[in-house]
Amino acid sequence: MIRERYLNLALLAALLAVPVLAQVQGAPFTITLATKIAIFALAAVGLNLALGLGGLVSFGHAAFFGVGGYVIGILASHARNYEPFLTWPVEVAGTTQMLVLWPLAVLVAALVAAAIGALSLRTSGIFFIMITLAFAQMLYYFAVSWPTYGGEDGLPFYLRGDFPGLNTMDPISFFGLCYALLLVALWLFHRLHRARFGLALEGARQNPERVQALGIRPFQVRLLAFILSGAITGLAGALYADLNRFVSPAMLGWQTSGELIVLIILGGVGRLCGPVAGAGLFFLLEHWLGGLSEFWQFWFGLILLCVVLFARGGLIGALAKDQTHD
Amino acid sequence: MSLSLLLEQVLNGLQFGMMLFLMSAGLTLVFGVMGLINLAHGSFYMIGAFACAGVAMATGSFFLGLVAALAAAAVAGVLVEMLVIRRLYDRDHLDQVLATFALILVFSEGTRYLFGSFPLYLDVPPLLSGAVALPGGIDYPVYRLAVILAGGLLAVGLFWLVGHTRLGIRIRAGEADREMIAALGVDIDRLYTIVFALGTALAGLAGAIVGTLQSVQVGMGEPVLILAFVVIVIGGIGSIKGALIGALLVGLTDTLGRSLLPVAFAAFLPPSEANAVGSALASLLIYLLMAGVLVFRPSGLFGAVRA
Repeated sequence: MIRERYLNLALLAALLAVPVLAQVQGAPFTITLATKIAIFALAAVGLNLALGLGGLVSFGHAAFFGVGGYVIGILASHARNYEPFLTWPVEVAGTTQMLVLWPLAVLVAALVAAAIGALSLRTSGIFFIMITLAFAQMLYYFAVSWPTYGGEDGLPFYLRGDFPGLNTMDPISFFGLCYALLLVALWLFHRLHRARFGLALEGARQNPERVQALGIRPFQVRLLAFILSGAITGLAGALYADLNRFVSPAMLGWQTSGELIVLIILGGVGRLCGPVAGAGLFFLLEHWLGGLSEFWQFWFGLILLCVVLFARGGLIGALAKDQTHD
Repeated sequence: MSLSLLLEQVLNGLQFGMMLFLMSAGLTLVFGVMGLINLAHGSFYMIGAFACAGVAMATGSFFLGLVAALAAAAVAGVLVEMLVIRRLYDRDHLDQVLATFALILVFSEGTRYLFGSFPLYLDVPPLLSGAVALPGGIDYPVYRLAVILAGGLLAVGLFWLVGHTRLGIRIRAGEADREMIAALGVDIDRLYTIVFALGTALAGLAGAIVGTLQSVQVGMGEPVLILAFVVIVIGGIGSIKGALIGALLVGLTDTLGRSLLPVAFAAFLPPSEANAVGSALASLLIYLLMAGVLVFRPSGLFGAVRA
C-alpha cells in the first residue's frame, strides 16, 4: 500500500516535471505531449470510476468525451462569429470563458450519461458493453450527419477559451490548467473510493445481492457512478477540444472508447493513478513505435494482446506488487 | 414518393438486413455458446472482402473470390480461436474486450501493410449484373436480389444446422450447460473451434458480398460490427431466429428511415433543411429502436430471460 502511494507521487511529479523542464529548454512539442497525457488521464479517471470501481465495462465513454468537446466547440464558434447560440425563448450568446464552459460541458455530459446509463444499466455483462458502444456510435453518426456544426469535417474554432489571469495559448499555462483539473479529479476519485458511496459501488460489483440485502439499490449506485464518470470524461473532452482548437466526430468514435479502456488496463484497473500511468505509457509507446514503424498500431496490438493474456494488473500492479485490488 | 420507389427501398432494406444477418449469426452463436464478446468479428468481414477482391482481381472470377473469402475467413477464425480466443473463455468480459480490440489493431494494420491504404473495388460478376423488371414497374439489380435470396437460403441452412443436425444439438447443449456436454464425452475444444470458424466464415462471406456494393478498405468491418451488436441486442443473445428478425428489422428501419424521413420533413420544412434534419434523425432510428426494445424486453426479443 505504501509503495503504491510513493509510486503515485512519483508519477504525478514526473508528469509535472517533464513539461516544466521542456519549458526551460524550449521544447513546446513535449509540453503538448504531456498535456495530451494529462487530458487522457483525466478522461480515464472518469472511466475508472465506472469500470474500475463499479465493474461497468462501458465501451461508450467516447460519447461523453465527444459531447464535452462539442459543448466547447459549439459555444466558442458562436462567440467567435458573434452569432447568438439561441434566439428563442431567450437570447443566449456563445462564450469563450473556460469557467463558464467547463461546468456546462460537465453538466451536458452528465445529462447524456444519465440518459445512456438509465437505459444501459437495465442490462449487464456483454449486453452492457454492446449497448454503451451502440449509443456512442449513435452520437457519432448524429455528429457526422448534422451539417450545422461541421458534420463529418469537424468544427475548428481557432482560439482556446479564456481563463482569468492566464494566456491559455501559452502551452505551459494550458498544461497547468489540465494538470490541476487532473489532480482535482484524482482527489475526488480517492475520496469517493473511501466514502460510503465507493464502498457501496465496489460491493455492487462484487456481490449485488448482498448490497441489496443491506438496503442499497445497486441500480441507483451504479447510475450515480456512471453519471459522475461521464461528467469527468466530458470535462476531459472539453480540455481536449481546447488543446486542438478543433472538435470532430472522431472524438465520439469507437476507437476513442477503446483507447480509454486500454489506458486503464495498461495502468491497472481500479487503481488511483492507473489512468495516469496508462496514459503516459500509451502516448510514449505511440510516440516511440510511431517513430519506428508506419504500422505502429500492429505492434501496439501485439503488445496489448500479450499484456491482456499474460500480464494482468497493469503497470502499477507490476511495480507495486501488492493485491489492493482483486 | 411513389409506390415503386418505396418497394425498391424495401428490397434494399431486405438486402442490407440479410447482410447484417450473416454478420450477426456468427456473433450471436459465439456469445451464446462460449459466452465471449468478440470485437474482432468485423476483422473477419474485412478479411473476407479483401480475400475476395484479391482473388477476383487475380483470376477474374468473382465466384472463386467468394470461395476464397469463405476459406480465408474460416482459416483465420480457426487460427485466432486456437491461438488467442481459447485463452479468453474463462476470463471476464473486460479481458475479452481488450484482447479482441488488440486483434482489430493487428488485423487492420496487417491488412494495410499487405494491401495499402487505397480502397479496392470489386465488379459485379457478369452473370449477376444488370437489372430485372419486377411486378409494379421497377427495375431492380439482379445482384441485390441474389443477395437477398442467398441470405434467405443461408438462414434456412443455419436453422437446419442448429435445429436438425448432431452438430446443432451439441451447439444448443453447449449453450445450455457446457460442463454437462463435456462430461458426456463431447470434445468441447473442437466444438468451440468449429462454432467460431463457422461464425467467421459467415462474416467473411458477408464482407465479400458487400465488396461489390461498397469499396473494400481497411476499417470497413467495425461499423458493421456495431450494427451487428444492435441486431443482437434487439434479437437476444444466442438466438439465430432473433438475429434474423433483428437484422431484417434493423436493415428495413435504417434504409426506409433514410429515404422516407427527409421526404416526411419536406412537408413542413424548406427542402435543404428537411434533408439535413431528416438524414440526421434517420441515423438515430435504429438506436432508438434498440432503446425501445431495451425498455420493454431487456434481454431482447428472443433472448432467454435471465435473472
